[in-house]
Amino acid sequence: MVNAASRPDGPAEARVADGDPRPKAVLEEPDIRRALTRIAHEILERTKGGHDLLLLGIQTRGVTLADRLAGLLREVEGRPVPWGSLDVTMYRDDLRMRPARALGRTELPADGVDDRVVVLVDDVLFSGRTVRAALDAVNDLGRPRSVQLAVLVDRGHRELPIRADYVGKNLPTSMRETVKVLLAENDGRDAVLLGPTGGAK
Amino acid sequence: MKRHLISAADLTREDALLVLDTAEELAQVAGRSIKKLPTLRGRTVVNLFFEDSTRTRISFEAAAKRLSADVINFSAKGSSVSKGESLKDTALTLEAMGADGVVIRHGASGAPHRLAGWVQGSVVNAGDGTHEHPTQALLDAFTMRKRLGDLEGRRVTIVGDVLHSRVARSNVLLLNTLGADVTVVAPPTLLPVAIDTWPCSVSYDLDGVLPKSDVIMMLRVQQERMNAAYFPTVREYSRRYGLDGERMAALPEHAIVMHPGPMNRGVEIAAEVADSVRSTIVEQVANGVSARMAVLYLLLGGSEPAIGKETP
Amino acid sequence: MSHLIRNARVLGGAPADLLVRDGVIVEVGPGLAAGDAEVVDAAGLVALPGLVDLHTHLREPGREDAETVESGTRAAAMGGYTAVHAMANTDPVADTAGVVEQVWRLGREAGYCDVQPVGAVTRGIAGEQLAELGAMADSAAGVRVFSDDGHCVSDAVIMRRALEYVKAFDGVVAQHAQEPRLTEGAQMNEGAMSAALGLPGWPAVAEEAIIARDVLLAQHVGSRLHVCHVSTAGSVEIIRWAKSKGCPVTAEVTPHHLLLDDGRAESYDPIYKVNPPLRTADDVTALRHALADGTIDCVATDHAPHPVEAKETEWAVAAMGMIGLETALPVVQEAMVETGLLDWAGVADRMSAAPARIGRLSGQGRPLEAGSPANITLYDPSPRRAVDPLAMTSKSRNTPFAGLELPGRVVATFLRGKPTVLEGKLQ
Repeated sequence: MVNAASRPDGPAEARVADGDPRPKAVLEEPDIRRALTRIAHEILERTKGGHDLLLLGIQTRGVTLADRLAGLLREVEGRPVPWGSLDVTMYRDDLRMRPARALGRTELPADGVDDRVVVLVDDVLFSGRTVRAALDAVNDLGRPRSVQLAVLVDRGHRELPIRADYVGKNLPTSMRETVKVLLAENDGRDAVLLGPTGGAK
Repeated sequence: MKRHLISAADLTREDALLVLDTAEELAQVAGRSIKKLPTLRGRTVVNLFFEDSTRTRISFEAAAKRLSADVINFSAKGSSVSKGESLKDTALTLEAMGADGVVIRHGASGAPHRLAGWVQGSVVNAGDGTHEHPTQALLDAFTMRKRLGDLEGRRVTIVGDVLHSRVARSNVLLLNTLGADVTVVAPPTLLPVAIDTWPCSVSYDLDGVLPKSDVIMMLRVQQERMNAAYFPTVREYSRRYGLDGERMAALPEHAIVMHPGPMNRGVEIAAEVADSVRSTIVEQVANGVSARMAVLYLLLGGSEPAIGKETP
Repeated sequence: MSHLIRNARVLGGAPADLLVRDGVIVEVGPGLAAGDAEVVDAAGLVALPGLVDLHTHLREPGREDAETVESGTRAAAMGGYTAVHAMANTDPVADTAGVVEQVWRLGREAGYCDVQPVGAVTRGIAGEQLAELGAMADSAAGVRVFSDDGHCVSDAVIMRRALEYVKAFDGVVAQHAQEPRLTEGAQMNEGAMSAALGLPGWPAVAEEAIIARDVLLAQHVGSRLHVCHVSTAGSVEIIRWAKSKGCPVTAEVTPHHLLLDDGRAESYDPIYKVNPPLRTADDVTALRHALADGTIDCVATDHAPHPVEAKETEWAVAAMGMIGLETALPVVQEAMVETGLLDWAGVADRMSAAPARIGRLSGQGRPLEAGSPANITLYDPSPRRAVDPLAMTSKSRNTPFAGLELPGRVVATFLRGKPTVLEGKLQ
């Protein structure tokens, strides 16, 4: 069922379990670059020039994407856009389904989130539970003027009433498929991989 | 799997670093307007204090509450314990309450070990007799790391009643795990006879060790030792093993001065030292909450504990 | 009543029959005719003279919740014992003719093994005034062993006087060697383990210093001294030296000190809390060799029953002591026989003949030969099984060997020809 023609040189590490076909890349590096550039422009449009903007990347790859978006916004607007990182581990609703895990960094610019237009940035929007946790986390950090959501991939299957304001790519998937975002800073290369099996996530 | 934090030796290097890193993240919570995380909502933490120790109890209580746990304070004074109830019966009572975690302070070495055999929840040792006080060692290591960075190769000198000190025991073990070089300094009467089996160096000469110390940790001299021939007089002890301004000046520029509290000013530490910029004594108190939050989160936050040792 | 014990390996030797009639061994040899005697098949079993314990706490009077003379002697019979010395630290203390006679009588009434009361050295084992040693010696109980066990006769003058005084009736002072000031609040052997566990240490020197003093005193006044529960390599050295100088000293070691070391305390389970404390592995080795070469004369259990609640506590508040009557022979087999340090004849000496000699029990510890009182233990050394505290006959369960796999099983015990245990069951 995998389309081998679209994956002429899939890397070995992308292989899944023995006997399973390799996951296919649905977005490559140029696609990701274009998607982020488009999101950056949409943010500027929606926020009327990006005043009072604060990008908050959700650990781990959301932070990388927030960093990149901040860079793109600065290129376009010619001034730095504040950004930070948000670890939502302590707010997750599935904490007790797995052993306690290490925390990522939560780092905010000195001004904090009060009266800011906060754009949460994440790699994949799926059930919406991570975003729900992020909304709670932001709520404990202060009172933003508004909160928006930017994601690289929206794969559907929401379990909560949450939608993204900025979407790099809508990717219809089945529950059995896996979506994996690779970013050069974290993984050595840019790609979005769609795996055929492996459960819900 | 049931795991506990009873001895600093229960922590691998990986565990210890995880606690310290987690504590560092959690320290931010103290600076926020909402000093609370929802992580342990619905979990019950019992503070079981058979010894008076307001500072340690408050620290654990603050830690548990900042993580939204339900906290039950069980003080031995005025309870059935003072009427002769055994530790085992107390443990069974806690079981009936459904405690997820039990923080125990007890005058008998090994009481947390015993308790761990009788309850379902994770046991955290908040000081047992003359045995250990592992969260104190964690907060001390956390404090050192904040001031000095990585502890690998750092020279830590612990001065005072090592024989009866649970703080010293836990610190020697944890600091060794973290790669620091520990030296204990005390009159020979206040060192265990088998001190050579500990992972540390021993000296009787404080002045000789001072210039080679990145950290100097002063231990409290307990009142009851003062009349038991461990040393001739308090004055002589203070002269030979106390840290005054002159001795502090012999420390390297960057060195810090620690004390687990409560202090005997003028005995093991001079007031000018305790109040100097090198002293971390106030920081240690604040760091205690962060370190204990990290321990409670890592033991109770997930489906199973991420640190500690399995049931003894 | 007569029994023919068939094909027993007497002291581990070649199979032979023992014919027992009217409480006496009448004939030993192969292929004896049974006649009207009841035949006991002892093929594969080792026959030993009935074991004698110099050091048993029967707890009666005073702590009948932990043990009674009846329950303790039943346990003794199950362990292969035909005589036990009941320690004096009861409540009231066995420091008068009245108390020792009461204990002695309770033992006779129970009938499972001979109960030989030990008299206290000092009144109320308080270490200050001599008890009426002569009255106890002259009583029906015929006390010969005197001990303040549980407490040390630490006053040198009192100890000297006691040693001298008991010479008049061939008595012996059994000293619990523990310098009291060096062991205030002590909880376990002082060493690396106590340093790590933060439990107040019990230095070996606290035992050795008293033994050194006592052997010099005994030598000086020419009196018999017996050293209870020797636990350190240093004590062994001192006793060895004293014996080489002709000092009339004897010594005992407990089964638990022959098998367990202070590493057990790591669990903080007070089942391992005992006085004197478990020592290091090096001490265990020294004790085994001393028992093998005769420096230590005998094995004594220091059977010390305690109710469950006395051990289900924090270490510091737990009672000291372990039960040992029912595991003594298996432990000695494990520590001494399996290691090649003693043969069965040696075991018979250390667990029967020597303690009977020290306690002056004329009818006990006799060789298994015609004319001896028929005090016999039949022991199967082959099965190995885990020790089950719930299977103990003693009223108490505080065995440190719980769960440990040990060899051997007492199959039968005969007390003057009468079986107290047959086929591993109490009669």
